[in-house]
Amino acid sequence: MSSLLELRGVSLAFGGLTVVDRLDLHVDENEIVSVIGPNGAGKTTLFNLITGIYRPHGGDIVFDGSSIVGLEPHQISRRGISRTFQTLRLFLNMSVKENVMAGAYGHTRAGALRSMLRTPGMRREEREIEALAEQRLRFFGERLTGYRWDQPAYSLSYANRRRLEIARATATNPRLLLLDEPAAGMNPAETHEITELIGQLRAQAGYTILVIEHDMHVVEGISDRVVALDHGVKIAEGSFDAVATDEKVVEAYLGLNTMSRK
Amino acid sequence: MTDSTPHGFHPTGAEGPAIGQDEWVARHSDASFLPKRLAPLEQRLRAVPWWAWLTLFVGAFCLFPAVETGGYVRQVAFNTVLYMLLALGLNVVVGWAGLLDLGYVAFYGIGAYVYALLDSPHYGIHLPTLVAVPVVVVIGALAGILLGLPSWRLTGDYLAIVTLFFLQLFQTVTTNWQHVTGGPFGILNVDPFGLPGGHQLATQHNGVFAVAYLYVALAIFTVVFVALRLLNRSRTGRAWRSLREDPLAAEAMGMPVNWLKLLSFAFGAAVAALTGSLYAALYGNVFPLTFYFVTLITVYVMVILGGSGNQAGVVLGALIISPLLEILRDAGKSRVAFFVALVCGLLLLSRRRPRLAYVGLAALALGFVVHAICGAVNSTWVAGEHAGGFAGLVDHWVVAPAHVASWIPPVTYIGVIAAALVCTLLRGRLRDVALVPTLYLAAFVWENVMLSKPEPARYIVLGLILIVLMILRPNGLLGERRVEIV
Repeated sequence: MSSLLELRGVSLAFGGLTVVDRLDLHVDENEIVSVIGPNGAGKTTLFNLITGIYRPHGGDIVFDGSSIVGLEPHQISRRGISRTFQTLRLFLNMSVKENVMAGAYGHTRAGALRSMLRTPGMRREEREIEALAEQRLRFFGERLTGYRWDQPAYSLSYANRRRLEIARATATNPRLLLLDEPAAGMNPAETHEITELIGQLRAQAGYTILVIEHDMHVVEGISDRVVALDHGVKIAEGSFDAVATDEKVVEAYLGLNTMSRK
Repeated sequence: MTDSTPHGFHPTGAEGPAIGQDEWVARHSDASFLPKRLAPLEQRLRAVPWWAWLTLFVGAFCLFPAVETGGYVRQVAFNTVLYMLLALGLNVVVGWAGLLDLGYVAFYGIGAYVYALLDSPHYGIHLPTLVAVPVVVVIGALAGILLGLPSWRLTGDYLAIVTLFFLQLFQTVTTNWQHVTGGPFGILNVDPFGLPGGHQLATQHNGVFAVAYLYVALAIFTVVFVALRLLNRSRTGRAWRSLREDPLAAEAMGMPVNWLKLLSFAFGAAVAALTGSLYAALYGNVFPLTFYFVTLITVYVMVILGGSGNQAGVVLGALIISPLLEILRDAGKSRVAFFVALVCGLLLLSRRRPRLAYVGLAALALGFVVHAICGAVNSTWVAGEHAGGFAGLVDHWVVAPAHVASWIPPVTYIGVIAAALVCTLLRGRLRDVALVPTLYLAAFVWENVMLSKPEPARYIVLGLILIVLMILRPNGLLGERRVEIV
């Protein structure tokens, strides 16, 4: 089976600091892959490379059979890769629904002139965008529906903002969803819920998902496969149990056990 | 999530405090414009659709010449419509796309100059209006795209500096390129707008402003307002606002941020250029200094005062500021405006700090005491009094010497600034005490120094009004509450 996303020997350096070093990674269709690693391991940088915010200094990134290196982020988004951000980046002064509607920009057509003239095609498209936004928000149950649709995004609680970011990311109609620490800052109940939600995103909507997560319960609950990074290098890959007990992974998180080495 | 009423939201609101209810819902009443007593009225006013407000507004404006027959006042109304158009255009770039464009009035100038070149004896070209105006709009939009290019790499303060430089560039070119622009002498005898039949729409009727131009301006205003309103409520408008909120997230969500920036610059510039052609057609001449800092600042004041990002707000801003600047040309009216603003400011602010009311009363008392003492010591010190009316009333309170010695203006002027600075350093009761002589000194400077120079004086009044309003409504009159980081 061919991979939906494939990174071949991708490298990136900031000045003299190598952040990602000849990284090979693949995500298959309909798979959930988790990326773990200590702070500064290059996980978010990996997402920034895939979404085109950084351009790799070496290697190739292939999505759905063609290279996406050198494309602008919005072009990559249109190819079918969408993401959320570790530090939330919502459009805070826009309404909840508008946040999601804005995500539909890439796969809609109406230009400025048609918008000013309110042509029938434009109005139909506008209704479709609104229906899409409402459908994406209903995925999260009551939390983001009803009276909250027209509230500004800044009025939402932290957990609801995380949910709204996911809703906005799905509005671009992606095939691959990159989730950057979806459970960060959530309480245990919410964390449990997000674990189930990620499973539902695949089961109901059919997204392939690449997720960065620190919470090992979440990683254990969702992952088909786990990739561990440290200092930009892949140090382990495989099932959760295999990676969690991997010597290098334990070392990366806890440091060398110098006492036993003596 | 086992809570029976999820997230504490009580639809009926009658079951005691709704714990965990959204902050925004709780604060919703704070966001209202009118006092709480009038909340039902405000709700009803908010339910009126926007096009009904627009029809009402434009209709009332159209009836204005029936009430006011003076050519001067009608012309002020025309200028106000020009400013409303300029504010609408600036709102696209600054309010929606969030790009600080300080070169905006250069596009106004470009529009006026291009129209003047296409329709004047300067080159002997006399294009029909229906050709010239679209050309002006297109050239304006192209110039906007050109100035938009630096916004690919620059944001915020840096973009502001580059665009400000563009305004200076426009100024230098129009002043010095005499062959083309006529230099400081400008381009004269620009054609008025022409009708399709070959007639010209005269700018003057019996020697005063021809009211037809007011209707033309209002028609253009209506079209621009509706077009921009519909554009804002579309995919493009949402993308502009997304870009204002977070350019990186917008780009990652599939929006071509660089293209959207150019588009917003193009739309803003096109509206400004269109307004410029209207200006040139009515006034019949264009000079470089018309399109410079004073105009820029005035348009920005309108947008900020009304509420950047809100179309009705920026129109309201223009509607307040433009006539106000005319009224303040007259020293007597300027005096009234100054003291009304001062008293209103004190009263409004005293709702938050009740002691300010006593400060006002103390300043009043201090004035009468000082006036009585000065009158007793030397009668020429208060001999500069006006005879009657409001000015006479004020001069019973403020000391007005018959002859203002040359050392008085600089010393008192610097004194009032120093006193204001001292007030900002003090806290509590001490500040209230210091405010009393500061207020009186400010009134003295206003009466004896500023009023003899009406040009700077009116901008000082404008600044005073702006300060008071910004304290009371930091997001402008109709601006929504905005958050930067939460």
